Order: sequence, then structure tokens, then C-alpha cells
Amino acid sequence: MPKVTIDGKEIEVPQGTRVIEAAKMVNVDAPYYCYHPGLSVAGNCRMCLVEVEKMPKLQIACHMQVQDGMVVCTNSERVLKTRQHILEFLLVNHPLDCPVCDQAGECWLQDYYMKHGLYDSRVSENKVKKHKAVSLGPTVMLDAERCILCSRCVRFTDEISKTHELGIANRGDHCEIQTFPGKELNNDYSGNVVDICPVGALTDKDFRFKMRVWYLQAKDSICNGCSMGCNIQVHYNLDRPHHAKGERVMRLKPRYNEHVNQWWMCDEGRYGYKYHDHNRILAPLKRAQADVQEISWDELFTEAARDISAAGSKMAVFLSPQLSNEELYLARILFREKLECRNIFLVSPKADGKSDDFLMKADKNPNTRGAADIGFKVDPKRLEGFQEACEKGQIEGIIVFGQDLFERLNAGQMQQIMPRLKWSVFIGSNHNLMSESASYVMPSATYVEKEGTFTNCEGKVQKFNKVFNPLPHAWSEWKILINLAKYLDVYFDHEEVEDIFEEMTSQVAAFKNLKYDELDRGKSDIRSMAAPTIPALEQYDNIL
Amino acid sequence: MEKLISKYFVPGKTFSIDEYIADGGYQAIRTVFEKLDSASLIETVKKSNLRGLGGAGFPCGIKWSFVPQNTGKPVYLVVNADEGEPGTFKDKYIISHVPHLLIEGIMIAAFANNVHKAFIYIRGEYTRPYQALVKAVNEAYEKGYLGKNIFGKGFGLDIVVHRGAGAYICGEETGLLESLEGKQGRPRLKPPFPAVVGLFGCPTVINNVETLSYLPFIINRGAEWFASLGSDKNGGMRLFSVSGHVKKPGVYELPLGIPLREIIYTYAGGIRDDRRLKAVVPGGLSAAILKADEIDVGMDFDQLRAKQTMAGSAGVIVMDEKTCMVRSLLVTMRFYAHESCGQCSPCREGTGWVHRILERIASGGGKSKDLENLSDICSFMGGTTICALADGAAMPLRSYPQKFKEEFEYFIRHGKSMIEQGEEVSA
Repeated sequence: MPKVTIDGKEIEVPQGTRVIEAAKMVNVDAPYYCYHPGLSVAGNCRMCLVEVEKMPKLQIACHMQVQDGMVVCTNSERVLKTRQHILEFLLVNHPLDCPVCDQAGECWLQDYYMKHGLYDSRVSENKVKKHKAVSLGPTVMLDAERCILCSRCVRFTDEISKTHELGIANRGDHCEIQTFPGKELNNDYSGNVVDICPVGALTDKDFRFKMRVWYLQAKDSICNGCSMGCNIQVHYNLDRPHHAKGERVMRLKPRYNEHVNQWWMCDEGRYGYKYHDHNRILAPLKRAQADVQEISWDELFTEAARDISAAGSKMAVFLSPQLSNEELYLARILFREKLECRNIFLVSPKADGKSDDFLMKADKNPNTRGAADIGFKVDPKRLEGFQEACEKGQIEGIIVFGQDLFERLNAGQMQQIMPRLKWSVFIGSNHNLMSESASYVMPSATYVEKEGTFTNCEGKVQKFNKVFNPLPHAWSEWKILINLAKYLDVYFDHEEVEDIFEEMTSQVAAFKNLKYDELDRGKSDIRSMAAPTIPALEQYDNIL
Repeated sequence: MEKLISKYFVPGKTFSIDEYIADGGYQAIRTVFEKLDSASLIETVKKSNLRGLGGAGFPCGIKWSFVPQNTGKPVYLVVNADEGEPGTFKDKYIISHVPHLLIEGIMIAAFANNVHKAFIYIRGEYTRPYQALVKAVNEAYEKGYLGKNIFGKGFGLDIVVHRGAGAYICGEETGLLESLEGKQGRPRLKPPFPAVVGLFGCPTVINNVETLSYLPFIINRGAEWFASLGSDKNGGMRLFSVSGHVKKPGVYELPLGIPLREIIYTYAGGIRDDRRLKAVVPGGLSAAILKADEIDVGMDFDQLRAKQTMAGSAGVIVMDEKTCMVRSLLVTMRFYAHESCGQCSPCREGTGWVHRILERIASGGGKSKDLENLSDICSFMGGTTICALADGAAMPLRSYPQKFKEEFEYFIRHGKSMIEQGEEVSA
């Protein structure tokens, strides 16, 4: 393997490694715009020019491959001066509209200017005028004047989404990103071009002007939009509810995971976060006929437990592949092992959807595989048995985790079944027909409000973190289960999700040898992959 | 001085295939087929010291020897007939007057490099040369000089003529390849070099029209003879395109290494109206400018480089004493700003910025810091990009204000040109 010395630090790297990657390995900062580890090398921004011994010209670190004995210098006077001037070139025609630019605060022009620029402007000429506020498609806006023409977005649509909507029109300083005539940027992955745009040229229609990025906090999570389990970061704000009509989740961003989603996520997942802050069930409810009243959790558990106990085996439980492994495990112990309920069904709350050969899976649940590992399978045949049992009066009550059975089963049948039941418990985060007809409604947390693990379709067990606290009266399902159990004289001694997981590693084969704190891939922030110089959002927390 | 290529430059005449054959044409390729193999042919070209006459001056035989023959892919020959360097019009002469000389040269190069398909990328504006070329290619096919099994010797060659759309950058060899492949003309990152990964991903030889057109002479009269015509390591003759303020502008075929003074005063008849010479661009617009007292330089690749300029495409642009250097630099920089492909930031933003600064100076708004800034911008525009366009822009941008400092300072201070009754090119 060739050995290279970068700024005095020696490292051995595999044949074909680019200097820019080798520099990263020894923590040397070679700034760049156009380079992206997930895309082909364009070599056009020229920010990463470095000095290579025995080569008269500066070389771009993103293209140059390491050769044995190569000596690279990234911080010589010549390199620093050149870098400063390249930045100056990039800013010659830039509108410098940071105060009204959505990218401000996470803009690589700003960051690099502070780090590598700091020159006085000497541009007294007029700037080239280009198109502004161009809608490229349903999700992305373009400001061509802010664009530095790094071509990352073009390469993304060519190489990753393979949809080829974008190109660069015109020449010289009149170059502009454009969609091809008659096309719009409308593919299942369009949002990624906003992530990889290092400047304010491409902004997300969904996020635009919602909140300045320095008010955002970030936490690692796992997308629950399908069984792929893309690693994401949840960007949120709790301190400025007036900025976004009380919404807490501001946007989702993909987080690098070499084995799952690399740097990307699909638009369906990216924009599928609205339900965390809309149409939520705000309090425990008790319903008798048309009379609905808010009651305390204590009263709710007492009354529900009384009905559940009375029903004995004459009840059915509807679990959901949206639940975490830990919750499914507790549900299994409680309902199957302790209460010996025979009618436990796994019902997906969502119909199968769009899939492709990249990240989108037809199964829109994050944990179908985990449910199977714990012993629950989606089985429509068995559901027919449930309907039969209802008709025969063998079911007194049902416990439903999140699904809208009116939608997932036959709506007409459900309307007949519901009045025959003595009671029904709905445990869910958002209102639907079930929450509007169940006799007990237990408000639960969404996945950003709790922690746990999902097993993705490939069998990878991934941890998602609690991003922020649940709404005041909402509880995580695992907490609801532990407490409900208490009223049913079943005592779990787990205090944390980790305790449940720990137990699963000895009880469920699929979890054997796993360690909870090792599941968290932790600090791999997409931007720390893409630009080592930019602090992860967590670091802004201190400023707040 | 003996004329080689230029003996065919008869005004208004295009040599047909029969006329060309009657003049001894297509003898060289027969000699090649009968007496030479690829290796000995490459050796001959190496010995002739034939340099790449498109501008870079890379030794032709050495270039050919880089082409890998064992990749399992076809090797292509691409003929650069884009001739976009301002001040250069020699290839147009060759193609217009004697296209068969080029075709014969292509056949020789194809044989040397085991090529069976050649592409001629001709500048879009060259309408009549294009017609002459297509006619000649058709003639050659009709006579069995192109196609399969030429002269019954088992060697086949097809030629495709492709018209560009007028972009200067498509004369840069990898920009040309991109354009030929149907993409935007944007130079490629190197390595890999076209010799290894060129047109459609295959090994590719790229030669200029003029370079190829000298091959038949080298075969017919010997490599040593050709080498002896020029100066040290600069074999043969080349076609100098002389334009600007001379009495007899035109294409002159002269040995490499001939003094610039001789070209201007002996061959081009001196300066119009017998004015004083002010400056000369020796090798196409991208070459650094020379002052009147620097014209005793020998016009070959190595001697001009020693003078911090370049032989380039041998486009000699002569400017007399009535030329305003500020305005002529403005016109020059407008060209680069217009032709930059826009890929690399220093070139994309730099060429336009420089042009706007010069526009401001030329309209009387110059500032005392301008020259310093221009020189600084220039230092970081050159040598920092994928291709040589920005280097080409940097050469005049550095040399004009350096060599005519007084004139630039005057313009900036007074808001008008030092040249009172300027008859300079209009800006």
C-alpha cells in the first residue's frame, strides 16, 4: 500500500485513494466544495489545491491519487494564498445576501470565508445577474446567483437518482443550473440536492424561511418511513414555537451510514415528519357512547385493566410493525406469556407503497423484520379468524396499537364489530377513526419522542434516540405497557429501554450478543462526512 | 524558401483528388504500406522532430508511442481542425486548398497507430472548408482510397467529418472529445490522458491538421531532411498566420526558428504605412506579447518559451504604434470571458471579472489599485484550472500591462488613451 506524507503526517492508504481522503484520515483539513465522497470527481471548484512535492503546479487533492512516497503540503503560504483567491473568485459574483438567505449559518461560503478568506473585497464591478427564486420542482428552489456551480446536484441526478433532470446552461460566468426543457426536478430523491448544495443556491421549499438554522438542535435517529431504516438526523426547535406555529420537528436530514443509506434519503421519508406535530392525541380519553372525557392515566389504567382482566382470553391485540423491538417484546411477554391471549395480530398501519432498487422499500414500516424476530408476522389469513371470532361473540375487547382498523380491515365489518365489543383500547399518537371510537384512548409518543431499536429489512438492528420529550400527556408505548401491566398484576422491573433490550439479548435469538450502546453509530453526522470543518449542530446548543 | 504545403495555396483553387495525385499525392501512403510497419513509422516521425503544430508543440512521434495497443478497444484518431485560436488561419488554408494532403496525413497516422476510424472535428464557422473537406473525403471513398482494404493492402480506414458549433474551448483536446461525444465542450480532468482513455473511453490520438499534413513530406523525403529544415528539436517548417498591421497579411510557410523580424519585415512586407512597430503577439492570442525590441527571437517552441512567451499556433498578430494597448487587452479579455466554459471557478469568475475591470478602465473609470489587482488576479487564474484556457488568458493579462505599463497607468490616471488619434481595434 502506498505511503503518503501530508503536512508531516505519514499514513499508508489503499491504492487509488485520493489525496483528499488520505488527508481526512490524518485529520488534515483540505477544504472543498465540489468534491463529495458519494459522487464522481468533478474537480471544478479548485478549493482543494495542494502542493505536491516534485510537481510544479498545485494539484487538486480530490482528483490526485496517492502514490508511494508522495509528500503533500496543504498549509504552505502558496496553498493558503491560492485558497484565499479561489474563494475570492467564487464570491466575485455572489450576491452576499446572507441576511435573507436560508443557508446562512450552514453555508460553506460563510464558513470557508471565516476560515480561509478574511480578505477585503476589491470587487467594484457590477455582478452578473442570474435567475432567482426559481422553482425547480415540487420541493426545491434555486437561486442561481448564489450558486458556485460545483455541479454536485447535477452529478447527483446523473449518478444517484439517475433521473438526469439538471444541467448547466450557458458558459463562463453566465453558467446556470437549469432543469432540461420540459423537465422538473421531481424524483423520489430530489431533497438530497439541497443537502449536498454547499451554498444557498438550492433550498428546500418545505424548510425555507421556517427557522434560522442556528436555532436548530439535532439528534441522531432512524427514519421510520419504511423498512430500510435510513439513518437520519432530526433537526428541531423547542425554544421558538412562535417561529413555526408550535411545530417542533423542522426537518429531517440523512446521516451517513455506509451500510444502509450512505449519504441519502428519499423524499417520502424526508417530508414524512409532519404527524409529530399535527393531529396528535393530547390527553388520555375515556369514551362512553358519545360522551368523551379526559381522565388521568391512573384512572384510565385502572378502568382498562378491569375490563382486560374480565375479558380473560376473550380479547384481541393488534400490534404494529411501527413499534420498537423493545415494545413488541414487552407486548409479547405481557399479552402472550402472562395473559395468555391467543388472538395477537401484527397489522401494518400502512398499505404497501412505492419501492425501488435503492432506498425505498414497499413495506412502509420500520420494524416488520424485528416483529418477526420476536414472533409476530403479518398474516391476513389469521385476521379472518378474528372476524369470525367476533361474529361468534368470542371477543369482548380489543387493544389496538396505532392502526386505524377501519382502514386496514374492512371498514363495513369494523363498523359492525365495534358496537359488539364491550370495550376497546387504542394506544396511538395521532387521531384516526379508532381514536374516535375506542372506549379507552391512550396517547403515545411518536418515535422522535422515545428511544428504542428497529430492525431494518436487511436485519440491521439500529437505535433511534429520543429527540425531545413527548407531548405533556403522551407516553412511550413501552412505558404504557409496563404501567398497564402493573394494573394487571404483571410486574416488569425494566426502568430504561436499555434494560428491555438487555433482556431480549438473552431471550430472543436474533438479538443475541448485541450491545445496546454499540448500536448507536453515534456521531456520524452527514456534514461531518461532507465537510470536516463545519461543526455539527449539537455544538450550537451551547449558544442557545 | 521552398514551399511544401503552401505550394498548394493557389488562390481560389481546391486540388481535386486527381490533381493531387498528378502532383505526386498519395505516394507517401503507398510507400508506408509497402515499406514500413507501425514501429518503424513511429520511429521515422520521432526522428523528424515533428512537433504538434496545433499549439502545444508536443513531439508527434512520442505522443504516438504513448498509445496502448493491447486494451482490446479500438484506437481512434481525432483530427483537431477546430482552429479557434484568434490570429490563426492556417488549417483553413490547408483544408480549403488541399484537403487530400490532410487525408493522406490521416492515413499515415492511422497506419502508425493501428487506427481504423478517424474523426475530423472542424470548426463550425468554416463552412466552405467543410464543404471542400467533405467533397475530398467522398472523392477518396469513391476512388477506394478510404474504406475497406485500401489499395488491396488489407488496411481499412473510415473518416467521419464532424462540425463544431463555434466554441473556442472545443479546440482543447478533451473539450473536443466531449463535444464529439455529444456533450458540452468541457475539458476533462487528466489523468487519464486521451492517449489512454479518449474518445468514447478508447485510446485516442489527437493531432492538428497541420501536423498531419506534414507527414507525407516526411515519408517522401525523409525524416533527416525534415528535421534539418528547422532548428534544434523543432523539425521542419510551419505555417505562420500573419495578421494585423502588416502590408501583406497571410499564411507564410517558413522553417521553425526563423527570426520574428524576418517574418514581419521580409515576408509580410513590413508595417502598413511604414509606421513603427509597437508589439507582436507571436503565437496566437494566448501567447504573451512581445515589444518591438524583442522581435529578434527565433520562432520555435523552445526559443519563444525562453522569452516567457510561446510559439503556440503560430498566429502572429502585429500591432503598430497607433494601437492602444489597453483597448487591445480589453478585446482580448472579452474573448476569454466569452469563451470560458465555466467549469473551474478561477477561470469562470476570473475572466469575466478581469474583463469588467478593463471595461471600467477603458470607459474612464480606472482606479489606482487596478493594475495591482489585475496582476494579482492573473497570478491565481493561471495554473489553477483543469485546462489551459485560463493560462492562455493570464499570458496577455500579465504581459500587456507589464510591457506597456506607462500606457496603462496613463489611461487609468487620465481616463483616456495615450494614443491620441487611435485607429485601434474597436472595443
